[in-house]
Amino acid sequence: MPDQVLFGLEVALNGLMAGVMYSLVALGFVLIFKASGIFNYAQGVMALFAAMTLVGIQNGQVPFSHLINATFGTDIHYFGWQAPALLAILLTVVVMAVFAWLVNRLVFRHLVNQEPIILFMATIGLAYFLEGVADLMWGSEIKKLDVGLPQGINEWIDGATFEIFGYGFFIDNLDLVATVIAALLVGGLVVFSQYTKQGRALRAVADDHQAALSVGISLNFIWVLVWSIAGFVALVAGIMWGAKSGVQFSLSLIALKALPVLMLGGFTSIPGAIVGGLIIGVGEKLFEFLIGAPYLGGATENWFAYVLALAFLVVRPQGLFGEKIIERV
Amino acid sequence: MNAQPQTVTADGRTIGDVVMDMRNITLRFGGVEAIKDISFDIREGEIRAIIGPNGAGKSSMLNVISGFYVPQEGEVWFRGKPRPPMKPYEVAQQGIARTFQNIALFEGMSVLDNVMCGRLGHMKTNMLTQALWWGKAAREEEENREAVERVIDFLEIQAIRKTPVGRLPYGLKKRVELARALAAEPKLLLLDEPMAGMNVEEKEDMSRFILDVNDEFGTTIALIEHDMGVVMDLSDRVVVMDYGKKIGDGTPHEVRNNQAVIDAYLGVAHD
Repeated sequence: MPDQVLFGLEVALNGLMAGVMYSLVALGFVLIFKASGIFNYAQGVMALFAAMTLVGIQNGQVPFSHLINATFGTDIHYFGWQAPALLAILLTVVVMAVFAWLVNRLVFRHLVNQEPIILFMATIGLAYFLEGVADLMWGSEIKKLDVGLPQGINEWIDGATFEIFGYGFFIDNLDLVATVIAALLVGGLVVFSQYTKQGRALRAVADDHQAALSVGISLNFIWVLVWSIAGFVALVAGIMWGAKSGVQFSLSLIALKALPVLMLGGFTSIPGAIVGGLIIGVGEKLFEFLIGAPYLGGATENWFAYVLALAFLVVRPQGLFGEKIIERV
Repeated sequence: MNAQPQTVTADGRTIGDVVMDMRNITLRFGGVEAIKDISFDIREGEIRAIIGPNGAGKSSMLNVISGFYVPQEGEVWFRGKPRPPMKPYEVAQQGIARTFQNIALFEGMSVLDNVMCGRLGHMKTNMLTQALWWGKAAREEEENREAVERVIDFLEIQAIRKTPVGRLPYGLKKRVELARALAAEPKLLLLDEPMAGMNVEEKEDMSRFILDVNDEFGTTIALIEHDMGVVMDLSDRVVVMDYGKKIGDGTPHEVRNNQAVIDAYLGVAHD
């Protein structure tokens, strides 16, 4: 095979892996949107907050240390212990669940039956509030996230492809791990929603609030559950992105990358979020490789996804897998 | 609680003690009194109808019973105890199932899934064992499936079990909604205009199902209906409402001959 084709193949594979990362973020959006009709603008910030909390707990950082020091004239920054990764992850899950409960209790409970645009505005407010809290709690410097995930080139794939094609593929171990974790996560979510009582209740709430109440489902419980799961998904996305590019405030902007994924895959479909992410990932890498770099001066990855999503909106507004909106006249 | 003698109806069903007792219920929306000081009871095993002209407050009354509205005055006694103000889902968990005037089904789910949702209250095993389909959870799911299949057979909707509800015609949706309510094995079943918008044939089917449900499972039923003929055929006792007030209460025969009821329905000459 000519080198160009092999290189293209490698680019596409890397695109797939990048797509998985987009899908991880998009999943959080879909979960909340399905169950409560809220487009949660804060999902990206939740990923950032989760990653910062994880790093903070791992390093034994004192939360709100700047605030405490400024108020009481003390000078504390660290507890002086290093928490094991697994324990830190578990504690972060707890923090995200508490956050979910608080968000429902303080914000969305009071906005039941409001217009979607009002709920959306509330999540924008939530996003900036949470960003402020994250800053105040853990400080704004860039941190390294290390939970022991393998990183760097996968030697085995490199060697094996060199044997076959005479050209070694560069695949990052972290991307492979992300793919496996995303697959597990989606599998878990599917089993949860199809086979458990809570999953069935969640689907019921997503479909019709009044009917759900009449069969004995507590809306509040389900919403806290959904936000907790979305928080968990945000944590997974935060770990993956954090490990890739460090924990910093620009992490919250990955939410913007999820938007075209959602337009492509549909806001209400979990498989849509996955396939949408993969298409965008492969699409933007291949476009850059085939057209962008040679003819357009490069850097097309920044906008390609949005143009693709726009084209999709014109042709199929409900996305690839979204529920078609049919209005009875 | 005042024990009442058991009565046996002409067709051999027994009607027992008072299950639901509404005492001096008053419901206001701002300045509008939707229900004015109404009392009535529902006895075990009976079919109790609430009738009245449009805007009489019938649906409001049903919503009070099912917890969607909380009355400003009065008490709701359920199974011999006064019921504190409750959320609708808590009322449902107590064993009161209902259907809605404008059908509230899970449109995106299949008929089977919809009816299964009616049994959520009967599932007790924990999330993890359910997800893994493990031991007790698997058995429980099978038992619930059997119960659901019985209801589906009973209401003759086997053919559409796998169809998404959104695709069904109106009459069948009404039947699926009844199936979901029935699957919960309720102690009290509330039907809000089960025959609204149906043609004669569908009405006959639905009447038959309501009678069969009551007869076969001994389910206590309270229903709202506009079609007087249907109400008179179906119900054991009838409450008549007009402008939020109770103007009649008794057997269909008594109610039919009640002057206030005749006036409310046919209008009264002012001289």
